[in-house]
Amino acid sequence: MNDIRVMLGRSMRHVTRSLDTIITVTIMPIAFLLLFRYVFGGAIQTGTDNYTNYLMPGVLLIAIASGISYTAFRLFMDMKSGIFERFHSMPIARSSVLWGHVLTSLVSNAISVVVIMLVGLIMGFRSSAGVLAWLGVAGILALFTLALTWLAVIPGLTASTPDGASAFSYPLVFLPFVSSAFVPTGTMPGPVRVFAENQPVTAIVNAIRSLFEQQPVGNDIWIALAWCAGILVVAYGFAMAAYRRKIA
Amino acid sequence: MEKQGPAIRVSGLRKSYQKLEVLKGVDFEVARGSIYALLGSNGAGKTTIVRILSTLLQADDGDASVNGFDVVAEPARVRESISLTGQFAAVDEILTGRENLVMIGRLRRIDDPRRTADELLERFGLAEAAGRRVATYSGGMRRRLDIAMSLIGDPPVIFLDEPTTGLDPEGRLEVWQVIQKLAHGGTTILLTTQYLDEAEKLADRIAILHDGTIIVSGTLAELRELLPPAKVEYVERQPTLEEIFLAIVGQR
Repeated sequence: MNDIRVMLGRSMRHVTRSLDTIITVTIMPIAFLLLFRYVFGGAIQTGTDNYTNYLMPGVLLIAIASGISYTAFRLFMDMKSGIFERFHSMPIARSSVLWGHVLTSLVSNAISVVVIMLVGLIMGFRSSAGVLAWLGVAGILALFTLALTWLAVIPGLTASTPDGASAFSYPLVFLPFVSSAFVPTGTMPGPVRVFAENQPVTAIVNAIRSLFEQQPVGNDIWIALAWCAGILVVAYGFAMAAYRRKIA
Repeated sequence: MEKQGPAIRVSGLRKSYQKLEVLKGVDFEVARGSIYALLGSNGAGKTTIVRILSTLLQADDGDASVNGFDVVAEPARVRESISLTGQFAAVDEILTGRENLVMIGRLRRIDDPRRTADELLERFGLAEAAGRRVATYSGGMRRRLDIAMSLIGDPPVIFLDEPTTGLDPEGRLEVWQVIQKLAHGGTTILLTTQYLDEAEKLADRIAILHDGTIIVSGTLAELRELLPPAKVEYVERQPTLEEIFLAIVGQR
């Protein structure tokens, strides 16, 4: 635990000391929030009277998807600089090196989610959700972050350039746009709609939205959890395989 | 934790990367408290040996022990006994010099990481730069910080893998002084280098690694004896290590 705490502290300093990390992870999603709320929002028919509420889950997922690319980047830099090997040649729990990065991802994404929510509150985001529903939202977001973080570990360990390490997240950031995050899927043409309705973001967004609105979550929450757990298990498996190849 | 016998013992060490056979049976021993230089060209396998000894890489065959602990059977004990200073200064550029030292101190669970950090900063001439991010350090300063990080927890054995590669002459001299001071303090140092003068200046014993094996080893004086004594000439001079190296390598 001591080792993980030191690793977490180190890596959190990396987060707070690089301005572009903070900008990308919080400012960009806030910009999306503003753009969709005040520019596109008026023309989008969602069937709800509070479009900020409608937007919020998708914007949070975008924030997390862009946040985890920095995990890959930081891990890559550790591999490249040799400090990864230094840690591995020291009398510490070796797993703490990776887990330090993973926990940093959880903590820093949680911070950016809270910041974005606060901005959302100013813009009119309201939720009648009770404690249990909020815990549900936090749980789904944490699981989503954990799954994508382990996904990010794979390029972090195997990429040969820093750009390669973080490029994998672009499609992830894009995924919410082809989902129910910003517009209802009903108006999309056939194949796009099929894709949108069957990709993980839609289930996660719908589940979070229902929790915020105190609506019954139905099947969405189970589909969302299944997606997150599935991605987590597969990504973790591949990440550990890549890790073992690196550390013979 | 201290044990009797040599600080490092390597026998019959073999390692291949795919079809490339890097180590073809390497044997050597390093006495406690001495500086042992592994001398060889780029790609001779020096770093591979260091990585095996620091439990980062598994050998295909052969035995290796550090501080009396087998690197395969007791890797955790080996890691307690060593510090590795790799080929590229493995320091955290985003942290300050002091933060780097404190971090390593915490990981090694020493009593007072801050005090140790301050002592090392003073000793390595980094006190003024202690609060600056390492990204702003010169190559020599990074190397000194790197080596200072390796000293935390007083490991009995230190691996220095090409510690002066990429340094300017001034930086090299600084690092040389640090290494000599360390050895005076009783630390065993395994040094790899491609610089002949570095081995000549620092090492108690020198091994020449060539083509996957150690083709010759001994003190500088012993290596000199390998060549025929100077013939009758008007000016008698000892062969430099460079001449010895090139002569021996050239024969193979």
